[in-house]
Amino acid sequence: MDYTLLFVQMLNGLQLGLLLFLVASGLTLVFGILDFVNLAHGSIYMLGAFICASLTFVLGNFLWAVLVALPLTGLVGYAVELLMARRLYDKDHLDHVLGTYGLVLVLDTLAHIIWGPAGITVPLPAWLDGQVELFEGAVIPVFRLLIIATGLAVAGGLFWLVNYTRLGMLIRAGASNRTMVSALGINIQTLFALVFALGAMLAGLAGMLISPITGASIGMGGQIIITAFVVIIIGGIGSMKGAFIAAVIIGLIDTLGRSFLDKLFMLFMNENAAETAAPAVSAMMIYILMAIILAVKPQGLFPPKVR
Amino acid sequence: MKKLLSAALAATMLTSFVQAAEVKIGFVTTLTTGGAVIGKDQEKAVNLAIEHMGGKMGDLDVNLIFADDGFKPETGKQVTDKLVKQDNVDIVAGYIWSNVLLASRKSVLDAGKFLITTNAGPGPVAGKLCHENFFSASWQNDETPMAMGEVLNQKGVKSIYIIAPNYAAGKGMVAGVKRTFKGAILGTDMTTWPTQLDFSAELAKAKASGAEGLFIFYPGKAGGAFMKQYQQAGLKDSLPLYTTFTVDALSLPKFQAAEFTDVLGSQFTQQWDPTIDNEQNKRFVADFRAKHGSYPSFYAAQAYDSMFLIKSAVEAVGGDLTDMDSMRAAMESASYPSVRGEYTYGNNHMPIQAYYLREVVKDDDGNWTTKIVQTVYEAHQDIYAKDCPLK
Repeated sequence: MDYTLLFVQMLNGLQLGLLLFLVASGLTLVFGILDFVNLAHGSIYMLGAFICASLTFVLGNFLWAVLVALPLTGLVGYAVELLMARRLYDKDHLDHVLGTYGLVLVLDTLAHIIWGPAGITVPLPAWLDGQVELFEGAVIPVFRLLIIATGLAVAGGLFWLVNYTRLGMLIRAGASNRTMVSALGINIQTLFALVFALGAMLAGLAGMLISPITGASIGMGGQIIITAFVVIIIGGIGSMKGAFIAAVIIGLIDTLGRSFLDKLFMLFMNENAAETAAPAVSAMMIYILMAIILAVKPQGLFPPKVR
Repeated sequence: MKKLLSAALAATMLTSFVQAAEVKIGFVTTLTTGGAVIGKDQEKAVNLAIEHMGGKMGDLDVNLIFADDGFKPETGKQVTDKLVKQDNVDIVAGYIWSNVLLASRKSVLDAGKFLITTNAGPGPVAGKLCHENFFSASWQNDETPMAMGEVLNQKGVKSIYIIAPNYAAGKGMVAGVKRTFKGAILGTDMTTWPTQLDFSAELAKAKASGAEGLFIFYPGKAGGAFMKQYQQAGLKDSLPLYTTFTVDALSLPKFQAAEFTDVLGSQFTQQWDPTIDNEQNKRFVADFRAKHGSYPSFYAAQAYDSMFLIKSAVEAVGGDLTDMDSMRAAMESASYPSVRGEYTYGNNHMPIQAYYLREVVKDDDGNWTTKIVQTVYEAHQDIYAKDCPLK
């Protein structure tokens, strides 16, 4: 066993997991608290990437672009809530799915019209574009470490926000009994709009962070939204802690599966079969995990106590 | 009332008369999703070709119908069925993706129509599934990586690691390079297609393998993502990169905008290059650039060729599209002016053609493009031709 490779792959898995957490946390907030299924969450992830990519060229620096793009994606989220989601809260989940799927198509086409079909490659400042050697042989790109650091910081910030602030208290109360909260004189609509905008900012941030790695491209939200739903189902819908733990587990499973499954398969099948089977099985593993969790704990690993 | 009826009748007859005086071509490509960047380039090239023909093939007007495969085999088959059954086109052309072509070919061929691929070239359609009405305006998947394998041998590379997407074309690419490369293959990773765009795990494995080179195949947006991550991983000196169908005229302007200078000097194999010296290619490249402000990609070049291939067949029969035998004979002779220069067809209707090593350079105006460094094969035929029962 090559322990250096294992370590590097664990870091890669952690990075993927934290990115997933950024998307899933917004999704679980909106789904858990507003009881709203938002398929367009992935499109906001895409818009975050595109807005940040364009701003990188305008402002000349990726980090400035992120700082400006963050409130912009928040505004996009706010607009979506105001113009569309608000009208759908009272309807059932199927209407949410239909409505937000329509929004996915609209936003994809809008991105196609504004930015063209080619997508954008995002340049990084030189100090972020290099690599660091953590120890002998374990070289990792600086930017991936930055994603890990950002992900952990955001997770800490959200934990604090939800558990120790007045807004967090209202969010939890609103999730538990929204009629009671509004009866106490809290403007529940404004609260929901804030939560929606916060979720959009988190998804946008994930898109911004991935854009220097994969580029901004149309349809990039489609895949991540599926995985993000898997994350919140495993973690327990509405649970921030569950989303965090499930995202990291899925990131690690996916990366380690891609890294070592072929070697494992070669123990009992020939090389060609292993090379074809391994990627197929590793792509399936997170869904297998989800099926197992659903069978054992249908509410997910950490269902919120209030529900 | 009677007058109205007869007028309607006359109008119908007129329409059917107009229909008879046109050649109806369905073109299946990718116009939405991340794959649209390729499809749009092909669309531009096809429209330019028709414009260069003055809108006519022989005496017939050209009626083009574009269809979007949505980057999915099942959608590709659906739109192909619609073109064949509902629109009743004379010829179906297009197809970027091997899996889409494999899903759609039967619909066209069973209806007794010509099928011209403008990119995809999976092994089966060149071998056991070859068909008298199927023609390729591009290549067979294995050939370009085989040329790259030869280049690796010439450069004295002793061992490589391979990363490619897990679908029909990816497998063909891997098979191709393995066939000609004489050194050791230290590992092969097949990734989920087309969704996986983060290759951190695969790059870490490739680095740990200690190979002397890294061979990849990532068409479209995945190529840009891979190149960027390869550079961020800092592998340029320790693990040189050898690509096929990954760097192209669609990704180079993006790389240039992002000042991603590591791409300059990178080399890959191909059957076409914008610098190939013939009248047809000069006109194609110059007019494409004048119109769209960028160099055409090889996808565009193949799509452009496909229209002239069809034109040669239509002209050979004087517009009588029912004479399919003569149309077929005309296409088999490959006597149209191709932008890649002269080539011939094998028994399986796959081109027997030259393959070049291209290198990314700056042109005189500072635009990033490619030039030919060497000719790898003079006239190469795919290895599946022997499995094809056609004579």
